[in-house]
Amino acid sequence: MSENTNILVVGIGGQGVMTATEILAEAAIAMGHDAKKTEVAGMAQRGGVVSSHLRFGQRVLSPQITPGTADVLLGFESAEAMRWQHMLKPDGITLMNTARLVPPVVELGLFDYPADPLGEIRKTGNKVVAFDATSIAQELGDIRLGNTVMLGAIADHLPFPAETLLDCVLKRFQRKGEKLVKLNRRAFEAGRAAVGEAAAALA
Amino acid sequence: MAAVMPVPAASRVLMSGNEAVARAVWEAGVKVAAAYPGTPSTEILEVISTYPDLYAEWSVNEKVSLEVAIGAAYAGSRAFCCMKHVGMNVASDALMTLTLTGVIGGLVIAIADDVGLSSSQNEQDSRYWGRFAHVPVLEPADSQEAYAMTLYGYELSEKFQVPVILRMTTRINHVKSLVEVGERVPHVGAGFRKEPGRFVMVPGNAGKRIPLMFKRDSELRALAETSDLNFIENGLDRRIGFIASGPAYMHVKESFPNAPVLKLGFSCPLPFEKCRELAALVDQVVIVEEVEPLVETELKAQGLQVIGKEILPLQGELSPNVLKPAIARLLGEIVPETRSTAAMPVFPRPPTMCVACPHLGVYYTLSQVRNLTISGDIGCYTLGAGHPWNALDTCVSMGASMGMALGLDKGRGEADKDKRIVAVIGDSTFLHMGMQGLLDMVYNKGNVTVLLLDNRAVGMTGGQDNPGNGRDIYGDAAPRVDFAKLVSALGVKEERIHTVNPYELPVLFKTIREEVKVPEVSVIITDQPCVLIKDYHKLKPFEVIDDKCTGCGNCIDVGCPAIHVTRRRKEVKASGREVDLAFVRIETSVCTGCGLCVQPCAPNAIVHHVPVSPIKLVGKGCGA
Repeated sequence: MSENTNILVVGIGGQGVMTATEILAEAAIAMGHDAKKTEVAGMAQRGGVVSSHLRFGQRVLSPQITPGTADVLLGFESAEAMRWQHMLKPDGITLMNTARLVPPVVELGLFDYPADPLGEIRKTGNKVVAFDATSIAQELGDIRLGNTVMLGAIADHLPFPAETLLDCVLKRFQRKGEKLVKLNRRAFEAGRAAVGEAAAALA
Repeated sequence: MAAVMPVPAASRVLMSGNEAVARAVWEAGVKVAAAYPGTPSTEILEVISTYPDLYAEWSVNEKVSLEVAIGAAYAGSRAFCCMKHVGMNVASDALMTLTLTGVIGGLVIAIADDVGLSSSQNEQDSRYWGRFAHVPVLEPADSQEAYAMTLYGYELSEKFQVPVILRMTTRINHVKSLVEVGERVPHVGAGFRKEPGRFVMVPGNAGKRIPLMFKRDSELRALAETSDLNFIENGLDRRIGFIASGPAYMHVKESFPNAPVLKLGFSCPLPFEKCRELAALVDQVVIVEEVEPLVETELKAQGLQVIGKEILPLQGELSPNVLKPAIARLLGEIVPETRSTAAMPVFPRPPTMCVACPHLGVYYTLSQVRNLTISGDIGCYTLGAGHPWNALDTCVSMGASMGMALGLDKGRGEADKDKRIVAVIGDSTFLHMGMQGLLDMVYNKGNVTVLLLDNRAVGMTGGQDNPGNGRDIYGDAAPRVDFAKLVSALGVKEERIHTVNPYELPVLFKTIREEVKVPEVSVIITDQPCVLIKDYHKLKPFEVIDDKCTGCGNCIDVGCPAIHVTRRRKEVKASGREVDLAFVRIETSVCTGCGLCVQPCAPNAIVHHVPVSPIKLVGKGCGA
């Protein structure tokens, strides 16, 4: 149904794609939406491709996003953001981490990693905002904050307030102490700011 | 898994189909739940094991898990069993006779079909078992239905004293959606009552049960006709009416909101009259079902004119993307224009073994030994068929590496007379269905070298416990099988049994090289744990000294995902031969120091990583 919002989160196994999508789903539910979340994750734990679909709205039927109908594509990895471009609707937007995770088949020389994924995406005419979530997380002191940076990055591209998403992120860390809550809040805001700046630079 | 406080009744919770079934099993007062892990069903039992007041176990295989559940149901308690689609192939021997005895306490069997083969060796339609075994099949379309149908399954099971199949697919098992949960209602078991005419299935007794099974079939069909789980939603666009079940129903509703639909939730025995009722409303009937044309075939046999697999695929998942063009073509309409659905070309990213996986050493070694035919099995080590090892030649079914290796040996032609036959099997697969094959191999004097990769876990499904690691599903201590003693008891000679550390490449290489030459059954057991379980301990990471790396690429052949190429170069050797050089680095943040890549590195360019420590602030009283 057309009134549903379709968010596609992509990356590779082990990056936290599925957890990030689950938090997005929790935020949608907190806003009173119906929601369905599903993965195409062939043995994802083994470094394979993961694409996690989230659909929310008044009532969601099919859990899968039909190609050409995603509102936002949140890419945890550059080549993966490129791989799923066909899923976006014409005025959809890609928010992508510039990180490049090179698989063994490329190291073995069997395939090439695209030289410029961002450029390739731009060539399609699709809207895209790129930022270095991994570096942002590293600067904050822990690469594991990358997941929260990514969620911050999408926060202003949802049909509900960023604070709702932030609350759902922080809820996950409440039991782990105030320090982690603070760090994740900073990571979320840093991701939000990075996308804001990159988008402003484009406009 | 540790027990947690269940979510209170009347909560609306985001749950996967697997979590929803687990909750319903607990609420139904089930006493015994058993399973063998298998994607996409694994989490059902994992979650069940977190609920209080019931007994859960990882069984050694699906047949045993069903038999445990049957015993509990005979004892009058409610029982549960789940498996992936291929699991029922193993368990079906029990199912086909269970249908004659029936049950006392309710028994629901959840079967998860991996439609689209996300992690399986084939694609099967488990709805067939309902027809084959004459038992009812319920088909949920989302998590809420998975929850509700599990609860209803117990009612139905006890009313008709019949096991009930809950047919799920990946898109039900793994999709998360909202579920409103309820209260647990304890169930009091009746206790076992001796009734040999019913529970001892010898020919004389079984023959008398068969007519009862057929009578039950017609009663169940009558119930399906009036069941709330089978309902017609009328619509204004009556050119086509749809009959659909499971996730396919959602895709139909999404794609054709104005079309009449018969939703089948209680789909076996099939309610023929309900189907006729839909047919009377519309011009044409299209059956939308994953995977096989079961409903379609039965309705055609009933004389109904329906369309199904003539226009829809026989393989893989259905989706609006598949349905809309097919229906447009059927109606002679212009196929709806979608945005370019051609994906941009990007390299594939096949699943690979983990950093420091003990199997890396095994496959690196196997890839270096010539003249082998390698009979493989099902688990993480099936990935050995991929790059860079290409060291696995067959994979068919759980435990098949054993019998097939013997067959490759006995059936060898003149061309293969010098080939060495190797079988590769994991600990859990060996315990599941490999032991019998090894016994057969020993008994029939085969010439096979067996590599038993004991990584103390069911690795591929997430590292579940098994009898090989000395822990039960709750993580509590359990008797641990001794593989060397076990294979010895099966008849493998003591001198042909070797336990080897798979990280010690020279020893592994030498042992394999020697054993393949011996014309009898050898078993080489590797004994290092899966890197994903708690038994694994990380060591100091390695790094590459860039100046020393000669670009030979030997370390890349190990296949560890922590090794990355920094630059490539072509070089002409003194012999005039051109070689491709690949200089490497190790991703130190993920390296756990297994040392496999160090061993084939000729120039000793791989050394322990020395962290560049941040400048330390000088504390008070530290001078200067």
